[in-house]
Amino acid sequence: MTLHIAIKKHQGEFLLDLDISAGDGVTALFGRSGAGKSTVIKAIAGLVTPDSGYIQLGDQVLFDSASRTNQPVHKRRIGLVFQDARLFPHLSVLKNLLYGARFSDGSVKRTDAVAMADLLGLEGLLGRKPFGLSGGEAQRVAIGRALLSKPKLLMMDEPLAGLDQARKADVLALIERVRDVVGVPILYVSHAREEVLRLANQVAIIADGRCVDQGVPDALLGGGSGTGLARTVRARLVMKNSSDGLSELALAGGRLFVPQVDAPLGWVLQLEIAARDVMLSLHPPEGLSALNVLACQITELRAAGANPSAVDVMLACGDDSLVAQVTRRSVEQMGLQPGMGVYAVIKSVALAQTSGAMTMVDA
Amino acid sequence: MADFAIAEWLGPAEWQAVVLSLQVAFVAMLASLPLGLFIAYALARWRFFGHGLLNALVHLPLVLPPVVTGYLLLIGFGRQGPIGGFLDETFGVRFAFEWTGAALASAVMGFPLMVRAIRLAFESIDPKLEEAASTLGASRLMVLLSVTLPLALPGIIAGMVLAFAKAMGEFGATITFVSNIPGRTQTIPSAIYAFLQVPGGEESAFRLILVSIAVSIGAVLVAELLARRATAARVDRP
Repeated sequence: MTLHIAIKKHQGEFLLDLDISAGDGVTALFGRSGAGKSTVIKAIAGLVTPDSGYIQLGDQVLFDSASRTNQPVHKRRIGLVFQDARLFPHLSVLKNLLYGARFSDGSVKRTDAVAMADLLGLEGLLGRKPFGLSGGEAQRVAIGRALLSKPKLLMMDEPLAGLDQARKADVLALIERVRDVVGVPILYVSHAREEVLRLANQVAIIADGRCVDQGVPDALLGGGSGTGLARTVRARLVMKNSSDGLSELALAGGRLFVPQVDAPLGWVLQLEIAARDVMLSLHPPEGLSALNVLACQITELRAAGANPSAVDVMLACGDDSLVAQVTRRSVEQMGLQPGMGVYAVIKSVALAQTSGAMTMVDA
Repeated sequence: MADFAIAEWLGPAEWQAVVLSLQVAFVAMLASLPLGLFIAYALARWRFFGHGLLNALVHLPLVLPPVVTGYLLLIGFGRQGPIGGFLDETFGVRFAFEWTGAALASAVMGFPLMVRAIRLAFESIDPKLEEAASTLGASRLMVLLSVTLPLALPGIIAGMVLAFAKAMGEFGATITFVSNIPGRTQTIPSAIYAFLQVPGGEESAFRLILVSIAVSIGAVLVAELLARRATAARVDRP
């Protein structure tokens, strides 16, 4: 199922002018608030009518200004989960879940709602009214309700925005489960990089009403600090307090030496390695000040976004992946190509400062 | 039978006025409900040319002297009037000097109260809920039936009760439009007025006043109960 959108919409001074495609899996619309993401979602749902353009889902034309096609909202069969759950206050959780079922082909039964409740962890709540539900519970009901309307596309508009950290993690895990179990294509609107990196296999970056970039989240949003492309690798702390103040970390492709780490021996740490901190060498380097060298294999060469002279070299290093940003000239001079073995010289390593920075792993 | 006891206690003329009043009030309330719902919805949700004018028109009976409203009804809906004549010839429906006219007058007088209460109820519903319903596949009509109306129910009930109570007490427009004919157009207020005009009628008038008070209090209590039940349906009961 592919979604094509090419629309224009004026809203006062603001102009939304987009051309996006989305395939199966999770496609994220990423951008600051006010960038126009929600308007896109509303246009696809039919809640906002674009000035011109077309919207097509699979072989179904939802909107086309040229042929004056504009399918009404209720015929589009697009599930929409809003930032606020928008449950119907006069209906029980079960009846909320089943609300869309009466308008679909009749294949959704009470048992499906019960099964959905199981999937979403709502077993005990079916008879309750939405009034007393927590934000996380309400959002889960909203997701189940949208799914049970048998949508061809599920759209989520900042579904985690109103939740506290603990609930966010909850609902995020649940959306992952939905992605993997239900298999409906998802369009996910967010301004949070972590959510997009975790959920999406495709991202369109929206700024000032335009799509400025579209591609793989890892490539566009990087793994870490947001300054550029990066990868996160996991390494075990094998030695600390060496006489020169360095700690030693082991990972599949070799060892890394970092300034003293304050963690128990044996802990697994997440490290963030930025693409521009990685140099490549065809031979084990000698006479170099950098200590950290990992043996890797090239998996892919990729044009580096906006910069025409740079190339992103994707590397496999045991189970970990790294990315190095080198110049196009270097690629040609060194004859780099997928499958080649190379040595990655790492200039600097950052301990990821995320909440999951240090995780004990049972070994 | 309590009915019977009250009928005995009241005497035939008074009883007749009570029954007629209830009939007039119920019919006025029920007959004006569909139009009241429609206009309340239109005023609450649609922006159209003449919105302000319609709003003013609906409120007019509230501010006009009731005698004026009654007289305008007489001109329009009397047997010689353009609307009344047409309805009489086409459907055989007459208003002037009939109980139906009393119902019409009460309905017109209660209409602003009904529309106002229902409009407020519609306005208090978050349109986002209706949006959500339509994304789940509900057509406009289904959204109205399954979300909007159930959520507006307490307000609709309040509007109906106000219209009913107003109809029970309507006097000026009714007596101008359909006069004060015992058994045909004499409602409780007209009967009280009539009894107070004749010597020795105070006792009858007083009994009707008691009935009037009882019906009004009863209507408010029933409305409160229904509205509370409709609102309580949104909260879990332990």
